[in-house]
Amino acid sequence: MTGLLQQPGYDEERLKRVSELLPCREVQAGMLLSLMGQPQQYCYPSVFIYGHRSSGKSHVTNILMEELELPHATVSCVECVSVALLFEQVLLSFFGCDAASLLPRSPSLSDFVRIYRQQSSQFPAEQTRYIVSDTSPELLRDADANLLPALLRLQELVEDNVTVILLSEIVWETFRPNTGCFEPLLLHFPDYSKDELKQVLSKNKHPSYSAEFYSSYINILLGVFYSVCRDLRELRHLAALNFSKFCEPVEAGKAKVGDTHKLWKNIEPHLKKAMRTVYLREVSRCLSAHTHVELPYYSKFLLIAAYLASYNPARTDKRFFVKHHGKIRKTNFLKKNEKTSNHLLGPKPFPLDRLLAIFYSVVDSRVAPTASIFSQISSLVTLQLLVQISHDDQLDAPKYKCAVTLDFISAISRTVNFDIVKYLYDFL
Amino acid sequence: MSKRKVKDAHLPVGECITQVHQILRRRFCHQQLPDRPQGVEAQHKHLAELLKRTAVHGESNSVLIVGPRGAGKTTLLKCVLRELMKETEVHKNLLQVHLNGLLQTDDRIALKEITRQLHLENVVGDKVFGSFAENLAFLLDALKKGERSSSRPVLFVLEEFDLFAHHKNQTLLYNLFDVSQSAQAPIAVVGLTCRLDVLELLEKRVKSRFSHRQIYLLSSLTFTQYLERVQTQLSLPGDFPDRKFAQEWNASITTLCEDKSVEDVLQRHFNSSKDFRSLHLLLMLCLSRVSVSKPVIKPADFLDASHLCSADSKANMLHGLSILELCLIIAMKHLNDVYEGEPFNLQMVHNEFKKFLQRKSSSMYNYEQPVVMKAFEHLQQLELIRPADASSAKVQGEFQLMRLMLDHGQIMEALQKYPQCPTDVKQWAMSAFA
Repeated sequence: MTGLLQQPGYDEERLKRVSELLPCREVQAGMLLSLMGQPQQYCYPSVFIYGHRSSGKSHVTNILMEELELPHATVSCVECVSVALLFEQVLLSFFGCDAASLLPRSPSLSDFVRIYRQQSSQFPAEQTRYIVSDTSPELLRDADANLLPALLRLQELVEDNVTVILLSEIVWETFRPNTGCFEPLLLHFPDYSKDELKQVLSKNKHPSYSAEFYSSYINILLGVFYSVCRDLRELRHLAALNFSKFCEPVEAGKAKVGDTHKLWKNIEPHLKKAMRTVYLREVSRCLSAHTHVELPYYSKFLLIAAYLASYNPARTDKRFFVKHHGKIRKTNFLKKNEKTSNHLLGPKPFPLDRLLAIFYSVVDSRVAPTASIFSQISSLVTLQLLVQISHDDQLDAPKYKCAVTLDFISAISRTVNFDIVKYLYDFL
Repeated sequence: MSKRKVKDAHLPVGECITQVHQILRRRFCHQQLPDRPQGVEAQHKHLAELLKRTAVHGESNSVLIVGPRGAGKTTLLKCVLRELMKETEVHKNLLQVHLNGLLQTDDRIALKEITRQLHLENVVGDKVFGSFAENLAFLLDALKKGERSSSRPVLFVLEEFDLFAHHKNQTLLYNLFDVSQSAQAPIAVVGLTCRLDVLELLEKRVKSRFSHRQIYLLSSLTFTQYLERVQTQLSLPGDFPDRKFAQEWNASITTLCEDKSVEDVLQRHFNSSKDFRSLHLLLMLCLSRVSVSKPVIKPADFLDASHLCSADSKANMLHGLSILELCLIIAMKHLNDVYEGEPFNLQMVHNEFKKFLQRKSSSMYNYEQPVVMKAFEHLQQLELIRPADASSAKVQGEFQLMRLMLDHGQIMEALQKYPQCPTDVKQWAMSAFA
């Protein structure tokens, strides 16, 4: 399908090469190209391209710019922590380093536009110049109130044939400043469909196996992951990681290349496990489920006490922790006032006194309230297992919240032989 | 002789199309000035007279041009200036200073810019010497020394005027209006703004020095005028090199504007906004489909372009979500229905989703919490859900309260369009409405 990319003013050969480099994106590339028009013609002042992650936004624009050799400046909004870097990069790629060195220290937009005008009057644009702002332009929105509106009407401000292209994952509505601005041309890059994903993923096949074999592998992979993940980059990473596992039975001689069912049976549990580990990037970290933190004995109990204080309502403390609590009517106690359990709403703050009271109740032996106990509380805060809230009163009545999960606290309480579920109001 | 001329002017189709693109793109994208601004004759006359009085007779004036975005404020001013500059007396006499509220973000930068644009003596090379106070004093001195009769008038154009009102103490505005009020060098201050309440932004002392002359550019366009405008915008000018092609093109545009479906599209567009810039956007999209193989604009192009313009971008984004993410959104919608718009957190959403899986679903297996969390975070990155309060940095991710940024209609529409949506998920989404 090379017929889609046709635009007078560009080299035929190059257009053909471009369309080969952009599988499944010919329509979008063609639309972008037709909007850009011929190199010397004007393009719309600002184009806003949005679409999901790895739907080929930067790839298409970059390939078009590079292969057709259009004058362009690609700026990454993540890299440009200050506007000065952004200005410098634009001037550098349009007019060379002499122009960039003209910028004063901490330049304003006014300086940038002035120097740009000066330079463009010396070297007027024979072709449309493009400023492509890559990766999360939402940072532009947060940077400076004037920056985004000014960039959107840059063509008018510098009176040069220049077009700003913004690539974003977020829809345009969230960008609009409250006094309005020059509306850009919106262009949507739709997501790849399942077939297109298959087609793109099957391209990088393994040299020692046939194309059909690889595409059957991709089929199985998509069957498992498609409902969770449509990110091409992620899928490609997963495909590369698991392919050796898929080939194992063939290499061991247990199955033939055509034995689809056997291969599927072999790989599927493996892929499901990979969703837990590889997809969440836990292989390299080895964290989360296996969280194991060595804590001192009292710290463990302090943490347990904090968890109980955070997730139990204060009115039930008497029932749980006082030995001779007298009579409490069972119906009254079990009447749940809250609509939803605390494990859905998250931890509640509690005062230090309550923490210590529960702590003394759950620890069997007598503990003196020494400095070490209190310093352990504050070190739990530095470990971010507890969170101190309301900084207004550091010493007198500090309030805390427990910031650990149920799994974590159950693991801890198992090490000290404490049955935490018995003490939790939600699980009665 | 004349015959030969006609023959010479006959260009190949490709060349003609290139020319068409060249001319029309200049019009739509570069905001090329029209020969005469349309529909604003009274305003045009008012402004032209005012500026002429400053330029010729040395009268100091101040005026604000107010109108919504894309109403043609800058075009009007530029047209007036272009006409004024044609007169030699004005051309020799008038100095212009153009400032933009987006660029000159504070008074110091604005002052530097004024000094530069007036080519004052202490400017050497491109560097401005002296501090802010010195600079201001010098500039005011230079303006004050001037007399009404002898010195050259200066025209100050302040684009995005409302942004200048946010400068500290409004020093620049105060000084400009002050000079325009007192018998000093003749200056005219023209402000362009899209805020109707711009006078409320001014300080009392600044407001009292402003002449309260305002020119409103509120569009009083009817649909027939709008259609005419479309036609003139798309037609080729008389000096197009290939006469025959231009005639054919213009004829095709006339028939196009009479087409019923095109009229419908334009009516819809007119109903949503009257400003010319969105019209230009639409026409630009149509124009981009004109090529050598298809040398005219067809009604279908208009339909496609209006589809592109009016597409709901959030629905577009919903189309590309994975099934898990879509299920989470449906769960959020249910929570919104049940708790009447109270914010929710991941735990609640996951709980709701688990309930669905236990009760109904057969086509999906249980996802683990981290996988769901990842999907949830992705939704947050797309800003389809937002934190309910910004100051909750210390709350764990799964307990952070969120709000859904979509409404029922969008979700249901997205579900209808979703490719290969499992039936039980669809039924689950519907069930809330019963």
